Amino acid sequence: MNRFAAFINKEFRHILRDRRTLLILFGMPVMQVLLFGFVLTNEIKNAAIAVLDPSKDSESIALVNKLTSSGYFRLEKNLTSAEDLEPAFCTGKIKMAVVFPDNFSPKLQTGEAQLQLIGDASDPNTATTLVNYANAIVADFQQEKTRASDITHNLPLITVQSRMRYNPEQKGAFNFVPGVMTLILMLVSAMMTSITIAREKELGTMEVLLVSPLKPIQIILGKTAPYLALSFLNAVVVVLLGIVVFGMPMSGSVLLLAAECLLYMFVALSLGIFISTRAKDQMTAMFMSALGLMMPTMLLSGFIFPRESMPLPLQVIGNAIPATWFNPIVKGIMIKGVGLEVLWKETLVLGGMAVFFLGLSMRNFKDRL
Amino acid sequence: MTNIISTHQLTRTFGKFIAVNAITFEVREGEIFGFLGANGAGKTTALKILTGLLSPSSGSATVAGFDVKKQPEQIKRRIGYMSQKFSLYEDLTVRENIRLYGGIYGLKMSEIKSKTAILLEKLQITEEADKLVGSLPLGWKQKLAFSVALLHEPKIVFLDEPTSGVDPLTRRQFWELIYEAAANGVTLMVTTHYMDEAEYCDRVSIMVSGKIEALDTPRAMKASFGAEDMDEVFRKLARGV
Repeated sequence: MNRFAAFINKEFRHILRDRRTLLILFGMPVMQVLLFGFVLTNEIKNAAIAVLDPSKDSESIALVNKLTSSGYFRLEKNLTSAEDLEPAFCTGKIKMAVVFPDNFSPKLQTGEAQLQLIGDASDPNTATTLVNYANAIVADFQQEKTRASDITHNLPLITVQSRMRYNPEQKGAFNFVPGVMTLILMLVSAMMTSITIAREKELGTMEVLLVSPLKPIQIILGKTAPYLALSFLNAVVVVLLGIVVFGMPMSGSVLLLAAECLLYMFVALSLGIFISTRAKDQMTAMFMSALGLMMPTMLLSGFIFPRESMPLPLQVIGNAIPATWFNPIVKGIMIKGVGLEVLWKETLVLGGMAVFFLGLSMRNFKDRL
Repeated sequence: MTNIISTHQLTRTFGKFIAVNAITFEVREGEIFGFLGANGAGKTTALKILTGLLSPSSGSATVAGFDVKKQPEQIKRRIGYMSQKFSLYEDLTVRENIRLYGGIYGLKMSEIKSKTAILLEKLQITEEADKLVGSLPLGWKQKLAFSVALLHEPKIVFLDEPTSGVDPLTRRQFWELIYEAAANGVTLMVTTHYMDEAEYCDRVSIMVSGKIEALDTPRAMKASFGAEDMDEVFRKLARGV
């Protein structure tokens, strides 16, 4: 029996026999995609609004109907006076208020109609988005009015043209599917690998392996190969979920995406090996990967918070994180359908990282174990 | 008798610290050699050099006829090793552990099968063959670990505190396995904390601060130190009492 095959066989048995590992390997990706998909979304759906409409005429009611039937807004409250605005916002029940003037319908004819859109800017991103959506709907409403009647001359025609490239509907999935991918692959390739190697050290079986005729490189490969295979499987699951459940496109080359995933996994694996050479036991390995790899991947790579709005030092640190470079690659291939002619820089950086960390951890592995 | 291990002025330093200080000794083929010393005396470092895990800073050593510096791979194939920590995988079954180590040492599948049957029979655990090792009592695990270390028929087996944390009865039974292996011509190099176990060895060496301060049969050592038992010898040497 081949030495290496015997070793890999053992590694698979460890994985398949440990329910916790299995859960992390197969439950986590699905859970994260669905969770991020349905919870952490930038899309506006059924945002609660309040309407203060003293005129209550056909036009104002028509406009409110148009707003609420768009699917973006839900009428939470009809206010009767301007004093009610403050409490409605304070209780957090509404995200935006629409304030009509008196005699909306007649004023519309003369072009004196003023409409106030008040957003809850304690959540600035949402507020801006909501106001923009509402603006667009109001503009649409005006155009319809103009077309219906012939009074084009005195209507203030504000046509808000907002067009979002690549993600016209601003679908959250387009952002988080690549993000979850960077996270999951880092989790499985780096964290799980570092834990499984640290486990051998902790239990003392690593000594026995090192005294055996297996070469250190065989031990590392044997420990990591199963996880490499499993993270690849995970990547496939995440991409499929993104496409099937959240309607992500797959505009570019699947083959290129697979190759880039492998590259990213190599970087993650070498980071995992590096951590395991430092950590004495599983707990240390877990904390080191959670704090040193998972947190930055989640927070600094631009997955959840835009990198542009970070202070410069954090942006610089973000550059050292593999996910920062992998994220645009996934987006580029899946959404924009571009290839290496555009993504060569990101790919090169990842390749450099792979070589650097792999070299570092190999040297460490020899010295420390 | 030929020497299966011989070292000459073997030294290993870590920075300024001299862990192993110019030790020269021989282990004869087929003997049970007790390798004693207090914690930090340099035993573990010396063992690591002899098992090919560490290279010496200076001096030389051969194990089973191969140079530790130049031919560690050759040595690794011919030695067995059992550490103080339990060296089998608790989440694998008895049979899977045997198959794994057989595989790592390059045994053929047919060899592994026949050896597994013999081993299970000998340890009388055929019925437990497909149970997880973690579910076995500690004594059985130790015996199994030792038998697995012998699976590839090594010329020499290094046992690094194999009986620490095991009850006296199990220790006694474990030593019977060691005797049996020695009777079959296997050389055993054993480190231990238990001085009564030192008495079971053919010869013992006692390391103090990186040097071998005494090397002889337990009987001769007791005589020359005027001591009742090995414990007294050890205390006189290692702790300077």
